[in-house]
Amino acid sequence: MIDLLGYGAFFMSSALIFGLIALGLNLQWGQTGLFNVGIAGFVAIGAYTSAILTTPETADRIGGFDWPILAGWLAAALVTAAAAALTGFATLRLKSDYLAITTFGVAVVVQLVALNAQSLTGGPFGVAFIPRPFASLQDQPVLFNFINLGVIAAVTVAVYLALEHLARSPWGRVLKALREDERAAISLGKSAKSYRIQAFAAGGAVMGLAGAVQAHFIGFIAPNGYLPTLTFQVWAMLMVGGSGSNRGAILGSVVVWAIWVGAGAFSAAVVPGDWQARAASLQIVAIGVMLCLILLWRPQGFFGPQGFFGKRRS
Amino acid sequence: MNLQFIVDGLISGSLIGLGAIGITLTYSILRFSNFAHGDFMAWGAYGTLSVVAAIGALVGTTAPIGALSFGWPLILAAIAGMIMTACLALLLDWLLFARLRDKGQSIIVVMASFGASMALRSLLEFIFTSSPTYFSRGIQMAIPIGLGIRITPDQMVMLATTIVLVTAMHLFMSRSQTGREMRAYSQNPALARVVGINVDRVVRATWIIGAALACAAGVMVGILVQIRPLMGLDLLLPMFAAAILGGIGSVPGAVLGGLIIGLSEAAAVQLIGAEWRAAIAFAILMAVLLVRPMGLFGRAER
Repeated sequence: MIDLLGYGAFFMSSALIFGLIALGLNLQWGQTGLFNVGIAGFVAIGAYTSAILTTPETADRIGGFDWPILAGWLAAALVTAAAAALTGFATLRLKSDYLAITTFGVAVVVQLVALNAQSLTGGPFGVAFIPRPFASLQDQPVLFNFINLGVIAAVTVAVYLALEHLARSPWGRVLKALREDERAAISLGKSAKSYRIQAFAAGGAVMGLAGAVQAHFIGFIAPNGYLPTLTFQVWAMLMVGGSGSNRGAILGSVVVWAIWVGAGAFSAAVVPGDWQARAASLQIVAIGVMLCLILLWRPQGFFGPQGFFGKRRS
Repeated sequence: MNLQFIVDGLISGSLIGLGAIGITLTYSILRFSNFAHGDFMAWGAYGTLSVVAAIGALVGTTAPIGALSFGWPLILAAIAGMIMTACLALLLDWLLFARLRDKGQSIIVVMASFGASMALRSLLEFIFTSSPTYFSRGIQMAIPIGLGIRITPDQMVMLATTIVLVTAMHLFMSRSQTGREMRAYSQNPALARVVGINVDRVVRATWIIGAALACAAGVMVGILVQIRPLMGLDLLLPMFAAAILGGIGSVPGAVLGGLIIGLSEAAAVQLIGAEWRAAIAFAILMAVLLVRPMGLFGRAER
């Protein structure tokens, strides 16, 4: 029973971290219409930034500055925001596809740096001994799991409230105006490019923060934690939840993560050992097909503002 | 500096260029960047491999042609593979892209292509596992051709095939009725409709050409390097960069862009090390977007 509770807390922590990433994506895509195919790259930038700043000094690697965890998180958000702003600056005056292609490239390059810049990122072995919040409680696993969940939930709620506030602020209303009628908004003197770069950077900051929170939750990061599959999972989560809705982003993450973990556990129990890798591929196929079906039949998702059985927006 | 990088760069560049033709056509005619294009390459290569195996099972082993590593079954199989890949693209268009295109939001189509790409790639991993396979495990001797450059017979034939395919594409786009219709539609869809161009036919031709060339490039990668489910994903960024560098919509531009990227990558491998190869396409892409977003032969954004 206690084990189950502990696992429940662990599951919710992982799901809420995905929820955080999906909140960042919702600001970029749901509220601003910016297509980011390099989520994994931006999450990785945040994770590595915080990991390098907060780990104790290491002999074979630059970094290990032993910063406090919160400072690492803040730095992660800022550095990722800067990377996103740069990406946006290069592409947002062009057609939307160029942003998609460039973010895809960002993810490729981040992966490459993580793998090859050994003296900074630890290469394929990654960075270990990332300090975990409340590490002194580690000998009481269940309590520790719940405190971790509490920390992650607090961050998620804080980001959620901030994003909700932002969406209603004058700034958020300009984004909405740009989305609904770009020409009218521009004629009122609002620079579409500048607002989009800001939104893309703010979304990037949330993704970077999520990456950092995840790194400190697990205590270890490596390049293969930031493969395109991650990008793809987060997209599925936002689309299931309903893009445009912050609540939907979080709910969609919990639901899709539950399906993902459930399918994984099911195939681990049922599928014989040498077919495990193949079953894992089939899991990704299923999510891909699901994403396409949602785009075709229910583009507004399931948990958006118009509710589960809500009417289709035209 | 060793001049060998010129041959290596020309070969990988021509493969990137062949793939980029499909990307540039899809972008300029169907108006979306197709993230599943790389997976057409991988599917084409695996489809061809399956046909080779089927022919092998039917007629037994066959002798390779001359000094090459493959015989006539591979040539037949590649043609069958091109047809199969074209059918795959048409099927995907019918199931997914056409329906979303009708709703009129091009970025949703991009997202669907991203989802489809993930599903297609993982399906290959499911069927063939993720370990690499080969058309032939034989090792070819490279022939010295002067200035310290060596080239294998396979590489020579692949270069020649690329030249034939690209020339044929150029003649098709500039001389044939369908090619002219495709160009007309990419420049002005509304006007093309008004003058009675059959849009469905243009769309079909675009998918068939793009997928068939992707398959050809995939088979060549399979002959020269290896076949993996991720082979298309790895080439996706260079192909996009080549299409944008050449100017979206321009077939010669896509090929030239591919060659420039292939040569830069090969030079970078010598100068800064093979592990940074994949970053070169990104660096070129960013430079083009910042300095000349319409590319070498592109028209300014409409």
